[in-house]
Amino acid sequence: MKAERYLAWLSILIGCLYFFVPLIATYEFSLRARRGVYSFDAYRSVFSDMAFRQTFGYSMLMALLTIVFGMLLVVPTAYWVRLRLPQMRPVVEFVTLMPLVIPAIVIVFGYLRLYNSSSILPLTGSNTTTNILLVCSYITLSLPYMYRAVDTAMRTIDVRTLTEAAESLGAGWMTIMFRCIFPNVMSGVLSGAFITLAIVIGEFTMASLLGRPAFGPYLQLVGANKAYEPSALAMIAFAVTWLSMGLLQLVSRFNRSAPAKA
Amino acid sequence: MSSVSASTTGTRVPSIDRKVVVDWLGVAPFTIFALLFLIIPTIYLIVGAFLTPDGSFTLKNIVDLFTPSILAAYWISIKVSVASSLGGALLGFLLAWAIVLGGLPSWVRNGLLTFSGVASNFAGVPLAFAFLATLGRTGLITVFLRDWFDFNLYSTGFNLLSFFGLTITYMYFQIPLMVLILTPALDGMKKEWKEAASILGATNGQYWRMVAFPILWPSLLGTTLLLFANAFGAIATAYALTGSSLNIVPILLYAQIRGDVLHNANLGYALALGMIVITGVSNILYIMLRMRAERWQK
Repeated sequence: MKAERYLAWLSILIGCLYFFVPLIATYEFSLRARRGVYSFDAYRSVFSDMAFRQTFGYSMLMALLTIVFGMLLVVPTAYWVRLRLPQMRPVVEFVTLMPLVIPAIVIVFGYLRLYNSSSILPLTGSNTTTNILLVCSYITLSLPYMYRAVDTAMRTIDVRTLTEAAESLGAGWMTIMFRCIFPNVMSGVLSGAFITLAIVIGEFTMASLLGRPAFGPYLQLVGANKAYEPSALAMIAFAVTWLSMGLLQLVSRFNRSAPAKA
Repeated sequence: MSSVSASTTGTRVPSIDRKVVVDWLGVAPFTIFALLFLIIPTIYLIVGAFLTPDGSFTLKNIVDLFTPSILAAYWISIKVSVASSLGGALLGFLLAWAIVLGGLPSWVRNGLLTFSGVASNFAGVPLAFAFLATLGRTGLITVFLRDWFDFNLYSTGFNLLSFFGLTITYMYFQIPLMVLILTPALDGMKKEWKEAASILGATNGQYWRMVAFPILWPSLLGTTLLLFANAFGAIATAYALTGSSLNIVPILLYAQIRGDVLHNANLGYALALGMIVITGVSNILYIMLRMRAERWQK
């Protein structure tokens, strides 16, 4: 028993070394911008860079749009499948998991060939439509996480009873959806939203190949041209990931202590 | 909300049919979205892989995948994915074992699981920066070894921009993923099994070899396959780390999409098809193994 515990601590120690050394190294490297002393110059340089603000803002906006439209697509679908088409659940679940199987670069390759400016649906023709295509691609990427989060939350409520109760009180479909279903699966919506934020904010492949000025391609560009700023950016990206995952944990913990009642 | 208009205006249709129509209209937005942004683009590439530029059927693109330069790209991709998934699986298993069965305090478990949730999502370009700052030519570890032990890491032939460097970097998101997926499987190992085994006189080694491992191997192998597919499709980290110096398949495909480096658009489709086949097969095997593993978790 004792030997086992030593081995367990040893594993954790190795894990900690592997996980924390790169973080410490990145932080240390990001402070080296001024010769001889540690300083926050790299961070100052990053935050004063207009391109940083623009691309970060752009990616935040894209993430927000992805979350809003993704949820408007996922929640009614998960609800409808549970209520009316339970036999279709395995199919819908399978489709939502497909983005994990097909690499992102393949999906965006398909977009570029299918929606080029000479096709029937020339989505890559103008900036606005390319932005729409980017949001759709992000919805596709986060579909597995959003659907699973929402579907798990929906498992804890009795969709049928809720619907019938609302209908008998004279609620229309809109009321049922937005005042009854959405509030009850809010924990799922929020955890799906935070994981989507973590995925979308630094996403590189889609944005780069669709030629949009997002944070991921900006990171890559800085990495190719600057010395210390990349480390500062890596720390910022890590902090954003921590924040979104931390909020996710908070939401799921909050939800566990106060389960939704049907 | 197309279902609303359908249910109010379609009164002339017989009621059974109307219900069926409304049922299916409810999933219409999702179906259209999936078709437009997931299924049709993929099918377009798959079909394109079997066509000549003027649109007639051919197997030449598939045959052309077996030219040395493309085969080399697949080979290095497979090597990196296998190495990082095996390494990730091994270390991930050790960590998951430590927090579930190692008798550690619960804060270690909570801490590791929370951190794994973060680290498994900390991929892409920033991860490459982190490892450049650690093991790059002026990285912390490299400088530390040089200044304190007079040991030049880069004179040993080590290079972060290589197979080995990419493997170590990928493990940063592979290990946490393994921990996250395997912890529930280890949680499902019943205490009674171990007690029963030791009452019957089994040693710890015998318990692991004859009881635990036969139950766990589908989870272990399945998750390893999932990690393999995860690494195989990844591009951002490798691209930020190596530029285009390390020719893995996703980077080759990236270059092909940007500038037709293969000088044959349909060969590009075949390259994509090859990726779908490899990630598809490993995911199907993963699903089959997971179903096998779940037999013990009921």
